[in-house]
Amino acid sequence: MLHQGDGAEALVTLRGAGVLRGGRWLVRGVDFSVSPGEIVTLIGPNGSGKSTTAKMATGVLKPSEGDVLRRAGLRVGYVPQKLAIDWTMPLTVERLMTLTGALPARDVDAALEATGVAHMKKAEVHHLSGGEFQRALLARAIARKPDLLVLDEPVQGVDYAGEALLYELIARIRREIGCGILLISHDLHIVMAEADTVICLNGHVCCRGTPKAVSESSEYRNLFGARGSAAIAFYDHHHDHEHLPDGRVLHADGSVTDHCHPDDGHHHDHDHHGHDHHNHDHGHEHGKHAGHRHA
Amino acid sequence: MRGIAMLDDFFVRALLAGLGLALVAGPLGCFVIWRRMAYFGDTMAHSALLGVALSLLFKVNLTVSVFVVAAVVSLALLALQRRGALSTDALLGILSHSTLAIGLVLAAFLTWVRFDLMTYLFGDILAVGPTDIVMIWGGGILVLLALAKLWRPLIAATVNPELAEAEGMQPERTRLYFMLLLALVIAIAIKVVGILLVTAMLIIPAAAARRFSNSPEVMAVVASLLGMVAVVGGLFGSLRFDTPSGPSIVVAALIIFLVSLLPFAQRKTIDQPGPGNRGESRRGGIS
Repeated sequence: MLHQGDGAEALVTLRGAGVLRGGRWLVRGVDFSVSPGEIVTLIGPNGSGKSTTAKMATGVLKPSEGDVLRRAGLRVGYVPQKLAIDWTMPLTVERLMTLTGALPARDVDAALEATGVAHMKKAEVHHLSGGEFQRALLARAIARKPDLLVLDEPVQGVDYAGEALLYELIARIRREIGCGILLISHDLHIVMAEADTVICLNGHVCCRGTPKAVSESSEYRNLFGARGSAAIAFYDHHHDHEHLPDGRVLHADGSVTDHCHPDDGHHHDHDHHGHDHHNHDHGHEHGKHAGHRHA
Repeated sequence: MRGIAMLDDFFVRALLAGLGLALVAGPLGCFVIWRRMAYFGDTMAHSALLGVALSLLFKVNLTVSVFVVAAVVSLALLALQRRGALSTDALLGILSHSTLAIGLVLAAFLTWVRFDLMTYLFGDILAVGPTDIVMIWGGGILVLLALAKLWRPLIAATVNPELAEAEGMQPERTRLYFMLLLALVIAIAIKVVGILLVTAMLIIPAAAARRFSNSPEVMAVVASLLGMVAVVGGLFGSLRFDTPSGPSIVVAALIIFLVSLLPFAQRKTIDQPGPGNRGESRRGGIS
Protein backbone atom coordinates (compact mmCIF):
# COMPACT_ATOMS: atom_id res chain seq x y z
CA MET A 1 0.00 0.00 0.00
CA LEU A 2 1.00 3.52 -0.67
CA HIS A 3 1.71 4.77 2.81
CA GLN A 4 2.08 1.50 4.61
CA GLY A 5 5.21 -0.13 5.82
CA ASP A 6 8.60 1.46 5.34
CA GLY A 7 9.15 1.61 9.10
CA ALA A 8 12.55 3.24 8.63
CA GLU A 9 11.22 6.65 7.70
CA ALA A 10 7.88 6.39 9.51
CA LEU A 11 7.37 8.70 12.51
CA VAL A 12 5.38 6.11 14.37
CA THR A 13 4.53 2.54 13.52
CA LEU A 14 2.01 0.29 15.25
CA ARG A 15 2.37 -3.43 14.64
CA GLY A 16 -0.38 -5.71 15.90
CA ALA A 17 -0.82 -3.34 18.81
CA GLY A 18 -3.59 -3.82 21.36
CA VAL A 19 -4.56 -2.71 24.86
CA LEU A 20 -6.08 -5.07 27.40
CA ARG A 21 -7.92 -3.54 30.35
CA GLY A 22 -9.75 -5.51 32.99
CA GLY A 23 -9.80 -8.64 30.85
CA ARG A 24 -11.27 -6.78 27.88
CA TRP A 25 -9.49 -5.71 24.72
CA LEU A 26 -10.09 -2.01 24.18
CA VAL A 27 -8.54 -2.37 20.76
CA ARG A 28 -6.51 -5.11 19.18
CA GLY A 29 -4.45 -5.93 16.14
CA VAL A 30 -3.84 -2.36 15.04
CA ASP A 31 -1.33 -1.97 12.22
CA PHE A 32 -0.46 1.32 10.65
CA SER A 33 2.25 3.90 10.40
CA VAL A 34 2.38 7.65 9.97
CA SER A 35 5.15 9.09 7.81
CA PRO A 36 6.21 12.73 7.48
CA GLY A 37 3.70 14.68 5.43
CA GLU A 38 1.06 11.97 5.72
CA ILE A 39 -2.43 12.32 7.17
CA VAL A 40 -3.90 9.19 8.70
CA THR A 41 -7.49 9.44 9.87
CA LEU A 42 -8.98 7.06 12.41
CA ILE A 43 -12.74 6.82 12.34
CA GLY A 44 -15.17 4.64 14.17
CA PRO A 45 -18.06 4.77 16.62
CA ASN A 46 -17.73 5.65 20.31
CA GLY A 47 -15.76 3.07 22.24
CA SER A 48 -14.17 1.67 19.11
CA GLY A 49 -10.65 2.29 20.42
CA LYS A 50 -9.72 5.44 18.50
CA SER A 51 -8.43 7.38 21.49
CA THR A 52 -6.77 4.27 22.89
CA THR A 53 -4.96 3.84 19.58
CA ALA A 54 -3.90 7.50 19.58
CA LYS A 55 -2.60 7.12 23.14
CA MET A 56 -0.56 4.10 22.07
CA ALA A 57 0.88 6.16 19.23
CA THR A 58 1.88 9.00 21.59
CA GLY A 59 3.23 6.62 24.22
CA VAL A 60 0.71 7.53 26.93
CA LEU A 61 -0.54 3.94 26.88
CA LYS A 62 1.78 0.97 26.60
CA PRO A 63 0.51 -1.76 24.28
CA SER A 64 -0.42 -5.02 26.02
CA GLU A 65 0.55 -6.86 22.86
CA GLY A 66 2.27 -5.90 19.64
CA ASP A 67 4.76 -3.08 19.15
CA VAL A 68 4.71 0.67 18.90
CA LEU A 69 7.83 2.17 17.38
CA ARG A 70 8.44 5.89 17.54
CA ARG A 71 11.27 7.59 15.73
CA ALA A 72 13.97 8.66 18.19
CA GLY A 73 13.54 12.25 19.38
CA LEU A 74 10.07 12.48 17.89
CA ARG A 75 8.47 15.85 18.67
CA VAL A 76 4.75 15.38 19.24
CA GLY A 77 1.98 17.97 19.26
CA TYR A 78 -1.13 16.58 20.94
CA VAL A 79 -4.71 17.79 21.16
CA PRO A 80 -6.42 15.43 23.60
CA GLN A 81 -10.09 14.56 23.30
CA LYS A 82 -10.95 15.88 26.73
CA LEU A 83 -9.17 18.69 28.47
CA ALA A 84 -10.79 20.40 31.41
CA ILE A 85 -8.77 23.13 33.05
CA ASP A 86 -9.75 23.64 36.66
CA TRP A 87 -11.22 27.09 37.19
CA THR A 88 -8.86 27.60 40.12
CA MET A 89 -5.90 27.77 37.75
CA PRO A 90 -5.67 31.14 36.01
CA LEU A 91 -4.42 30.49 32.50
CA THR A 92 -4.47 32.78 29.51
CA VAL A 93 -4.41 31.51 25.94
CA GLU A 94 -0.90 32.94 25.67
CA ARG A 95 0.30 30.99 28.71
CA LEU A 96 -1.41 27.84 27.46
CA MET A 97 0.69 28.02 24.30
CA THR A 98 3.94 27.39 26.19
CA LEU A 99 2.53 24.69 28.45
CA THR A 100 5.05 21.98 27.59
CA GLY A 101 7.94 24.07 26.33
CA ALA A 102 9.13 27.60 25.67
CA LEU A 103 8.39 28.90 22.18
CA PRO A 104 9.44 31.98 20.22
CA ALA A 105 6.74 34.68 20.44
CA ARG A 106 6.67 34.76 16.63
CA ASP A 107 5.61 31.10 16.40
CA VAL A 108 2.94 31.59 19.07
CA ASP A 109 1.44 34.55 17.21
CA ALA A 110 1.56 32.78 13.85
CA ALA A 111 -0.22 29.71 15.24
CA LEU A 112 -2.92 31.79 16.95
CA GLU A 113 -3.36 33.76 13.74
CA ALA A 114 -3.69 30.58 11.69
CA THR A 115 -6.40 29.10 13.92
CA GLY A 116 -8.25 32.40 14.14
CA VAL A 117 -7.92 33.10 17.86
CA ALA A 118 -5.16 35.72 17.79
CA HIS A 119 -7.52 38.27 19.33
CA MET A 120 -8.07 35.92 22.32
CA LYS A 121 -4.38 35.80 23.22
CA LYS A 122 -4.78 37.61 26.54
CA ALA A 123 -8.10 35.98 27.42
CA GLU A 124 -8.39 33.41 30.18
CA VAL A 125 -9.11 29.98 28.78
CA HIS A 126 -12.16 29.71 31.04
CA HIS A 127 -13.80 32.57 29.16
CA LEU A 128 -13.48 30.86 25.77
CA SER A 129 -16.34 29.08 24.08
CA GLY A 130 -15.90 25.39 23.28
CA GLY A 131 -14.96 26.12 19.68
CA GLU A 132 -12.51 28.87 20.58
CA PHE A 133 -10.87 26.59 23.14
CA GLN A 134 -10.42 23.85 20.53
CA ARG A 135 -8.79 26.38 18.20
CA ALA A 136 -6.48 27.50 20.99
CA LEU A 137 -5.52 23.87 21.69
CA LEU A 138 -4.83 23.29 18.01
CA ALA A 139 -2.75 26.47 17.88
CA ARG A 140 -0.76 25.25 20.88
CA ALA A 141 -0.02 21.92 19.20
CA ILE A 142 1.07 23.43 15.87
CA ALA A 143 3.11 26.25 17.42
CA ARG A 144 5.48 23.53 18.65
CA LYS A 145 6.30 22.71 15.03
CA PRO A 146 5.91 19.02 15.78
CA ASP A 147 7.06 16.06 13.71
CA LEU A 148 3.83 14.28 14.53
CA LEU A 149 0.55 16.01 15.22
CA VAL A 150 -2.01 13.87 17.05
CA LEU A 151 -5.47 15.41 16.96
CA ASP A 152 -8.20 13.64 18.92
CA GLU A 153 -11.45 15.06 17.59
CA PRO A 154 -10.00 18.52 17.08
CA VAL A 155 -13.19 20.07 15.69
CA GLN A 156 -15.53 19.19 18.58
CA GLY A 157 -17.60 22.18 19.59
CA VAL A 158 -16.64 24.02 16.42
CA ASP A 159 -19.58 25.01 14.23
CA TYR A 160 -20.02 23.51 10.78
CA ALA A 161 -18.42 26.31 8.81
CA GLY A 162 -15.54 26.51 11.25
CA GLU A 163 -15.09 22.75 11.01
CA ALA A 164 -14.50 22.92 7.27
CA LEU A 165 -12.01 25.74 7.75
CA LEU A 166 -10.15 23.85 10.46
CA TYR A 167 -9.86 20.77 8.27
CA GLU A 168 -8.52 23.02 5.54
CA LEU A 169 -6.04 24.47 8.02
CA ILE A 170 -4.92 20.99 9.08
CA ALA A 171 -4.26 20.15 5.44
CA ARG A 172 -2.28 23.37 5.08
CA ILE A 173 -0.20 22.60 8.18
CA ARG A 174 0.75 19.30 6.65
CA ARG A 175 1.91 21.03 3.48
CA GLU A 176 3.74 23.86 5.26
CA ILE A 177 5.34 22.08 8.24
CA GLY A 178 5.51 18.71 6.57
CA CYS A 179 4.55 16.91 9.76
CA GLY A 180 2.70 13.63 9.89
CA ILE A 181 -0.84 13.91 11.24
CA LEU A 182 -2.87 11.33 13.09
CA LEU A 183 -6.44 12.58 13.09
CA ILE A 184 -9.31 11.08 15.02
CA SER A 185 -12.93 11.60 14.17
CA HIS A 186 -16.08 9.92 15.41
CA ASP A 187 -17.93 11.34 12.45
CA LEU A 188 -18.36 8.55 9.96
CA HIS A 189 -19.57 10.81 7.20
CA ILE A 190 -17.14 13.68 7.08
CA VAL A 191 -13.47 13.04 6.82
CA MET A 192 -10.85 15.02 5.14
CA ALA A 193 -10.52 14.73 1.43
CA GLU A 194 -6.81 15.25 1.97
CA ALA A 195 -6.40 12.29 4.28
CA ASP A 196 -4.04 9.78 2.72
CA THR A 197 -5.32 6.85 4.67
CA VAL A 198 -8.58 6.35 6.50
CA ILE A 199 -8.64 3.57 9.04
CA CYS A 200 -11.97 2.40 10.33
CA LEU A 201 -11.78 1.02 13.84
CA ASN A 202 -14.25 -0.97 15.82
CA GLY A 203 -12.20 -2.73 18.44
CA HIS A 204 -9.91 -3.73 15.59
CA VAL A 205 -9.09 -2.42 12.14
CA CYS A 206 -12.25 -2.98 10.12
CA CYS A 207 -10.96 -1.56 6.89
CA ARG A 208 -8.71 1.11 5.49
CA GLY A 209 -8.53 3.08 2.33
CA THR A 210 -7.83 6.33 0.50
CA PRO A 211 -10.81 8.63 0.53
CA LYS A 212 -11.13 10.81 -2.52
CA ALA A 213 -14.85 10.96 -2.34
CA VAL A 214 -16.40 14.36 -2.30
CA SER A 215 -20.07 14.71 -2.32
CA GLU A 216 -21.36 16.40 -5.42
CA SER A 217 -24.70 16.89 -3.82
CA SER A 218 -26.03 20.42 -3.89
CA GLU A 219 -26.78 20.23 -0.14
CA TYR A 220 -23.08 20.08 0.59
CA ARG A 221 -22.20 22.90 -1.74
CA ASN A 222 -24.98 25.02 -0.31
CA LEU A 223 -23.92 24.25 3.22
CA PHE A 224 -20.20 24.86 2.89
CA GLY A 225 -19.81 27.01 -0.18
CA ALA A 226 -17.29 26.35 -2.92
CA ARG A 227 -14.30 26.80 -0.62
CA GLY A 228 -15.66 24.69 2.20
CA SER A 229 -16.63 21.76 0.04
CA ALA A 230 -13.07 21.49 -1.20
CA ALA A 231 -12.08 20.40 2.28
CA ILE A 232 -15.02 18.09 2.83
CA ALA A 233 -15.23 14.62 1.55
CA PHE A 234 -18.26 12.44 1.68
CA TYR A 235 -17.06 9.03 2.59
CA ASP A 236 -19.63 6.50 1.60
CA HIS A 237 -19.09 3.81 4.08
CA HIS A 238 -21.06 0.64 4.41
CA HIS A 239 -20.26 -2.57 6.12
CA ASP A 240 -21.30 -6.00 5.07
CA HIS A 241 -20.74 -7.37 8.51
CA GLU A 242 -22.11 -6.78 11.98
CA HIS A 243 -20.23 -6.63 15.24
CA LEU A 244 -21.74 -9.00 17.73
CA PRO A 245 -21.84 -8.06 21.42
CA ASP A 246 -19.18 -10.63 22.23
CA GLY A 247 -16.74 -9.04 19.81
CA ARG A 248 -17.09 -11.60 17.04
CA VAL A 249 -18.17 -10.62 13.57
CA LEU A 250 -21.27 -11.80 11.74
CA HIS A 251 -20.84 -11.58 7.97
CA ALA A 252 -23.50 -11.09 5.33
CA ASP A 253 -23.14 -14.69 4.25
CA GLY A 254 -24.01 -15.84 7.76
CA SER A 255 -20.52 -16.91 8.80
CA VAL A 256 -19.11 -15.79 12.16
CA THR A 257 -15.44 -15.00 12.65
CA ASP A 258 -13.26 -13.39 15.28
CA HIS A 259 -12.17 -10.51 13.06
CA CYS A 260 -13.30 -8.88 9.88
CA HIS A 261 -10.08 -9.06 7.90
CA PRO A 262 -10.30 -8.97 4.13
CA ASP A 263 -9.65 -12.70 4.06
CA ASP A 264 -12.73 -13.28 6.18
CA GLY A 265 -14.88 -12.34 3.25
CA HIS A 266 -15.31 -8.76 4.37
CA HIS A 267 -15.86 -6.13 1.78
CA HIS A 268 -17.29 -2.70 1.24
CA ASP A 269 -20.30 -1.79 -0.77
CA HIS A 270 -19.45 1.30 -2.74
CA ASP A 271 -22.20 1.62 -5.30
CA HIS A 272 -20.48 -0.76 -7.60
CA HIS A 273 -21.52 -4.23 -8.53
CA GLY A 274 -20.23 -7.44 -9.92
CA HIS A 275 -16.78 -6.96 -8.51
CA ASP A 276 -14.73 -9.58 -6.84
CA HIS A 277 -14.16 -8.26 -3.33
CA HIS A 278 -12.41 -11.18 -1.87
CA ASN A 279 -8.84 -10.75 -2.93
CA HIS A 280 -8.42 -7.05 -3.25
CA ASP A 281 -6.26 -4.59 -1.46
CA HIS A 282 -8.45 -2.21 0.47
CA GLY A 283 -6.15 0.71 0.08
CA HIS A 284 -6.50 0.74 -3.66
CA GLU A 285 -10.10 -0.28 -3.71
CA HIS A 286 -11.35 2.82 -1.98
CA GLY A 287 -9.44 5.03 -4.33
CA LYS A 288 -10.90 3.47 -7.43
CA HIS A 289 -14.51 3.69 -6.44
CA ALA A 290 -14.69 6.70 -4.24
CA GLY A 291 -16.39 9.14 -6.56
CA HIS A 292 -15.18 12.55 -7.60
CA ARG A 293 -13.37 15.26 -5.86
CA HIS A 294 -15.03 18.61 -6.03
CA ALA A 295 -12.63 21.48 -6.46
CA MET B 1 12.72 48.41 78.78
CA ARG B 2 14.13 44.95 79.32
CA GLY B 3 10.68 43.39 78.98
CA ILE B 4 10.09 45.05 75.63
CA ALA B 5 13.49 43.87 74.32
CA MET B 6 12.68 40.28 75.26
CA LEU B 7 9.29 40.59 73.70
CA ASP B 8 10.90 41.86 70.54
CA ASP B 9 13.21 38.93 70.50
CA PHE B 10 10.72 36.05 70.51
CA PHE B 11 8.25 38.07 68.48
CA VAL B 12 10.81 38.75 65.77
CA ARG B 13 11.69 35.07 65.70
CA ALA B 14 8.02 34.19 65.37
CA LEU B 15 7.65 36.70 62.55
CA LEU B 16 10.68 35.33 60.72
CA ALA B 17 9.45 31.76 61.07
CA GLY B 18 5.94 32.65 59.93
CA LEU B 19 7.12 34.69 56.95
CA GLY B 20 9.43 31.90 55.81
CA LEU B 21 6.58 29.42 55.95
CA ALA B 22 4.15 31.74 54.13
CA LEU B 23 6.71 32.35 51.39
CA VAL B 24 7.02 28.67 50.52
CA ALA B 25 3.42 27.70 51.33
CA GLY B 26 2.06 30.10 48.70
CA PRO B 27 3.21 28.34 45.49
CA LEU B 28 2.83 24.85 47.01
CA GLY B 29 -0.68 25.73 48.16
CA CYS B 30 -1.60 26.81 44.62
CA PHE B 31 -0.74 23.34 43.37
CA VAL B 32 -2.68 21.76 46.23
CA ILE B 33 -5.73 23.70 45.04
CA TRP B 34 -5.17 23.15 41.31
CA ARG B 35 -4.58 19.44 41.75
CA ARG B 36 -7.41 19.10 44.30
CA MET B 37 -5.09 17.66 46.91
CA ALA B 38 -6.48 19.40 50.00
CA TYR B 39 -7.40 16.12 51.64
CA PHE B 40 -4.02 14.72 50.69
CA GLY B 41 -2.37 17.65 52.49
CA ASP B 42 -4.53 16.99 55.52
CA THR B 43 -3.51 13.32 55.49
CA MET B 44 0.16 14.22 55.38
CA ALA B 45 -0.36 16.66 58.23
CA HIS B 46 -2.16 14.08 60.36
CA SER B 47 0.61 11.60 59.75
CA ALA B 48 2.95 14.21 61.23
CA LEU B 49 1.80 13.17 64.69
CA LEU B 50 3.28 9.76 64.06
CA GLY B 51 6.43 11.57 62.98
CA VAL B 52 6.44 13.50 66.26
CA ALA B 53 6.02 10.32 68.31
CA LEU B 54 8.82 8.58 66.40
CA SER B 55 11.14 11.54 66.82
CA LEU B 56 10.60 11.45 70.58
CA LEU B 57 11.00 7.67 70.66
CA PHE B 58 14.23 7.55 68.66
CA LYS B 59 15.46 10.99 69.69
CA VAL B 60 15.87 12.22 66.12
CA ASN B 61 15.21 15.68 64.73
CA LEU B 62 11.49 16.46 64.66
CA THR B 63 11.47 18.00 61.17
CA VAL B 64 13.39 15.07 59.67
CA SER B 65 11.13 12.54 61.36
CA VAL B 66 7.92 14.28 60.24
CA PHE B 67 9.25 14.59 56.68
CA VAL B 68 10.14 10.90 56.50
CA VAL B 69 6.74 9.79 57.78
CA ALA B 70 4.87 12.16 55.41
CA ALA B 71 6.98 10.94 52.48
CA VAL B 72 6.32 7.29 53.38
CA VAL B 73 2.61 8.03 53.61
CA SER B 74 2.57 9.59 50.13
CA LEU B 75 4.47 6.62 48.69
CA ALA B 76 2.01 4.30 50.41
CA LEU B 77 -0.82 6.22 48.80
CA LEU B 78 0.76 5.84 45.35
CA ALA B 79 1.20 2.10 45.90
CA LEU B 80 -2.37 1.65 47.14
CA GLN B 81 -3.76 3.72 44.27
CA ARG B 82 -2.02 1.41 41.85
CA ARG B 83 -3.88 -1.57 43.29
CA GLY B 84 -7.03 0.32 42.44
CA ALA B 85 -9.19 -1.47 45.01
CA LEU B 86 -10.45 1.66 46.77
CA SER B 87 -11.05 5.27 45.83
CA THR B 88 -8.32 7.77 46.63
CA ASP B 89 -10.71 9.43 49.04
CA ALA B 90 -11.15 6.29 51.10
CA LEU B 91 -7.43 5.48 50.97
CA LEU B 92 -6.59 8.94 52.26
CA GLY B 93 -9.11 8.51 55.09
CA ILE B 94 -7.48 5.24 56.10
CA LEU B 95 -3.94 6.62 55.95
CA SER B 96 -4.84 9.88 57.66
CA HIS B 97 -6.57 8.45 60.68
CA SER B 98 -4.50 5.35 61.14
CA THR B 99 -1.24 7.32 61.22
CA LEU B 100 -2.82 9.81 63.64
CA ALA B 101 -4.03 6.99 65.88
CA ILE B 102 -0.72 5.11 65.80
CA GLY B 103 1.03 8.36 66.68
CA LEU B 104 -1.23 8.87 69.71
CA VAL B 105 -0.88 5.26 70.84
CA LEU B 106 2.91 5.46 70.55
CA ALA B 107 2.92 8.73 72.47
CA ALA B 108 1.05 7.05 75.33
CA PHE B 109 3.98 4.65 75.75
CA LEU B 110 6.41 7.53 76.04
CA THR B 111 5.94 7.91 79.77
CA TRP B 112 9.39 9.42 80.24
CA VAL B 113 8.75 12.52 78.13
CA ARG B 114 6.20 15.27 78.57
CA PHE B 115 4.01 15.06 75.51
CA ASP B 116 2.15 18.31 75.04
CA LEU B 117 -0.39 17.36 72.40
CA MET B 118 -1.74 20.90 72.04
CA THR B 119 1.69 22.18 70.96
CA TYR B 120 1.74 19.75 68.07
CA LEU B 121 -1.89 20.15 67.11
CA PHE B 122 -1.87 23.93 66.95
CA GLY B 123 1.80 24.82 66.78
CA ASP B 124 3.83 27.05 69.05
CA ILE B 125 5.30 29.74 66.89
CA LEU B 126 6.27 31.86 69.91
CA ALA B 127 8.59 29.07 71.04
CA VAL B 128 10.64 28.77 67.85
CA GLY B 129 14.36 28.98 68.36
CA PRO B 130 17.14 30.12 66.04
CA THR B 131 17.64 26.52 64.83
CA ASP B 132 13.99 26.34 63.84
CA ILE B 133 14.34 29.52 61.82
CA VAL B 134 17.35 28.12 60.02
CA MET B 135 15.36 24.93 59.31
CA ILE B 136 12.35 26.88 58.03
CA TRP B 137 14.29 29.23 55.78
CA GLY B 138 16.84 26.63 54.64
CA GLY B 139 14.15 24.06 53.89
CA GLY B 140 11.92 26.72 52.38
CA ILE B 141 14.56 27.99 49.97
CA LEU B 142 15.39 24.40 49.01
CA VAL B 143 11.72 23.75 48.23
CA LEU B 144 11.41 26.97 46.22
CA LEU B 145 14.50 26.19 44.14
CA ALA B 146 13.24 22.67 43.43
CA LEU B 147 9.83 24.05 42.55
CA ALA B 148 11.32 26.59 40.15
CA LYS B 149 13.16 23.79 38.37
CA LEU B 150 10.05 21.63 38.31
CA TRP B 151 7.69 24.46 37.38
CA ARG B 152 6.85 23.88 33.72
CA PRO B 153 6.44 20.09 33.88
CA LEU B 154 4.40 20.46 37.05
CA ILE B 155 2.05 23.02 35.51
CA ALA B 156 1.72 20.88 32.38
CA ALA B 157 1.06 17.72 34.40
CA THR B 158 -1.51 19.61 36.46
CA VAL B 159 -3.36 20.82 33.35
CA ASN B 160 -3.35 17.40 31.70
CA PRO B 161 -0.98 14.51 32.49
CA GLU B 162 -1.65 12.75 29.18
CA LEU B 163 -0.85 15.85 27.19
CA ALA B 164 2.35 16.30 29.19
CA GLU B 165 3.36 12.68 28.63
CA ALA B 166 2.52 12.69 24.93
CA GLU B 167 4.77 15.71 24.49
CA GLY B 168 7.74 14.11 26.18
CA MET B 169 7.33 14.91 29.88
CA GLN B 170 7.12 12.50 32.80
CA PRO B 171 4.04 13.51 34.79
CA GLU B 172 4.21 10.52 37.16
CA ARG B 173 7.71 11.37 38.25
CA THR B 174 6.83 15.05 38.51
CA ARG B 175 3.92 14.17 40.79
CA LEU B 176 6.18 12.14 43.05
CA TYR B 177 8.64 15.05 43.36
CA PHE B 178 5.76 17.36 44.16
CA MET B 179 4.56 15.05 46.94
CA LEU B 180 8.03 15.03 48.47
CA LEU B 181 8.18 18.83 48.37
CA LEU B 182 4.80 18.97 50.06
CA ALA B 183 6.02 16.56 52.75
CA LEU B 184 8.99 18.85 53.36
CA VAL B 185 6.81 21.95 53.69
CA ILE B 186 4.50 20.19 56.11
CA ALA B 187 7.48 19.11 58.16
CA ILE B 188 8.75 22.67 58.50
CA ALA B 189 5.26 24.06 59.09
CA ILE B 190 4.36 21.85 62.07
CA LYS B 191 6.20 24.06 64.55
CA VAL B 192 4.50 27.19 63.28
CA VAL B 193 0.83 26.37 62.88
CA GLY B 194 0.55 22.77 64.05
CA ILE B 195 -0.86 19.60 62.53
CA LEU B 196 -4.48 20.71 62.35
CA LEU B 197 -3.82 24.04 60.68
CA VAL B 198 -1.02 23.24 58.21
CA THR B 199 -3.40 22.71 55.31
CA ALA B 200 -5.02 26.06 56.05
CA MET B 201 -1.69 27.83 55.51
CA LEU B 202 -1.39 26.08 52.17
CA ILE B 203 -4.91 26.54 50.90
CA ILE B 204 -6.34 29.80 52.22
CA PRO B 205 -3.74 32.28 50.88
CA ALA B 206 -3.72 30.46 47.52
CA ALA B 207 -7.50 30.55 47.32
CA ALA B 208 -7.49 34.27 48.12
CA ALA B 209 -4.84 34.83 45.42
CA ARG B 210 -6.99 33.34 42.65
CA ARG B 211 -9.06 36.51 42.25
CA PHE B 212 -6.02 38.69 41.80
CA SER B 213 -4.19 36.53 39.27
CA ASN B 214 -4.28 35.91 35.55
CA SER B 215 -1.47 33.36 35.35
CA PRO B 216 -0.23 30.48 37.50
CA GLU B 217 3.00 32.36 38.15
CA VAL B 218 1.24 35.49 39.39
CA MET B 219 -1.05 33.42 41.58
CA ALA B 220 1.92 31.69 43.22
CA VAL B 221 3.58 35.02 44.06
CA VAL B 222 0.34 36.65 45.26
CA ALA B 223 -0.38 33.61 47.44
CA SER B 224 3.03 34.03 49.10
CA LEU B 225 2.43 37.75 49.69
CA LEU B 226 -1.07 37.25 51.08
CA GLY B 227 0.25 34.48 53.35
CA MET B 228 2.89 36.87 54.66
CA VAL B 229 0.27 39.53 55.34
CA ALA B 230 -1.73 36.91 57.23
CA VAL B 231 1.31 35.98 59.32
CA VAL B 232 2.03 39.59 60.26
CA GLY B 233 -1.62 40.38 60.89
CA GLY B 234 -2.20 37.18 62.86
CA LEU B 235 0.86 37.60 65.06
CA PHE B 236 0.12 41.23 65.87
CA GLY B 237 -3.49 40.27 66.53
CA SER B 238 -2.47 37.48 68.88
CA LEU B 239 -0.21 39.93 70.73
CA ARG B 240 -2.94 42.57 70.92
CA PHE B 241 -5.83 40.28 71.93
CA ASP B 242 -3.79 37.62 73.72
CA THR B 243 -5.05 34.84 71.42
CA PRO B 244 -3.19 31.67 70.38
CA SER B 245 -0.83 32.66 67.56
CA GLY B 246 -1.21 29.72 65.09
CA PRO B 247 -5.02 29.97 64.97
CA SER B 248 -4.76 33.78 64.83
CA ILE B 249 -2.66 33.54 61.65
CA VAL B 250 -5.24 31.25 60.08
CA VAL B 251 -8.06 33.61 61.09
CA ALA B 252 -6.15 36.50 59.49
CA ALA B 253 -5.76 34.45 56.31
CA LEU B 254 -9.47 33.69 56.34
CA ILE B 255 -10.26 37.42 56.63
CA ILE B 256 -8.05 38.10 53.59
CA PHE B 257 -9.84 35.35 51.68
CA LEU B 258 -13.24 36.80 52.57
CA VAL B 259 -12.11 40.26 51.46
CA SER B 260 -11.01 38.75 48.13
CA LEU B 261 -14.59 37.57 47.62
CA LEU B 262 -15.99 41.10 47.91
CA PRO B 263 -17.07 42.54 44.57
CA PHE B 264 -14.80 45.59 44.73
CA ALA B 265 -11.77 43.40 45.26
CA GLN B 266 -12.34 41.60 42.00
CA ARG B 267 -9.73 42.29 39.44
CA LYS B 268 -11.21 43.81 36.32
CA THR B 269 -10.33 41.35 33.60
CA ILE B 270 -9.40 43.56 30.68
CA ASP B 271 -9.28 40.56 28.45
CA GLN B 272 -12.73 39.24 29.21
CA PRO B 273 -14.62 39.23 25.96
CA GLY B 274 -17.98 40.94 26.04
CA PRO B 275 -21.11 38.94 25.32
CA GLY B 276 -21.16 40.18 21.73
CA ASN B 277 -17.61 39.07 21.13
CA ARG B 278 -18.16 35.38 21.61
CA GLY B 279 -19.77 32.39 20.02
CA GLU B 280 -21.92 33.33 17.06
CA SER B 281 -19.98 36.34 15.92
CA ARG B 282 -16.76 34.34 15.80
CA ARG B 283 -17.98 32.19 12.96
CA GLY B 284 -15.74 32.11 9.97
CA GLY B 285 -12.92 33.91 11.70
CA ILE B 286 -10.21 31.82 10.11
CA SER B 287 -8.59 33.01 6.96
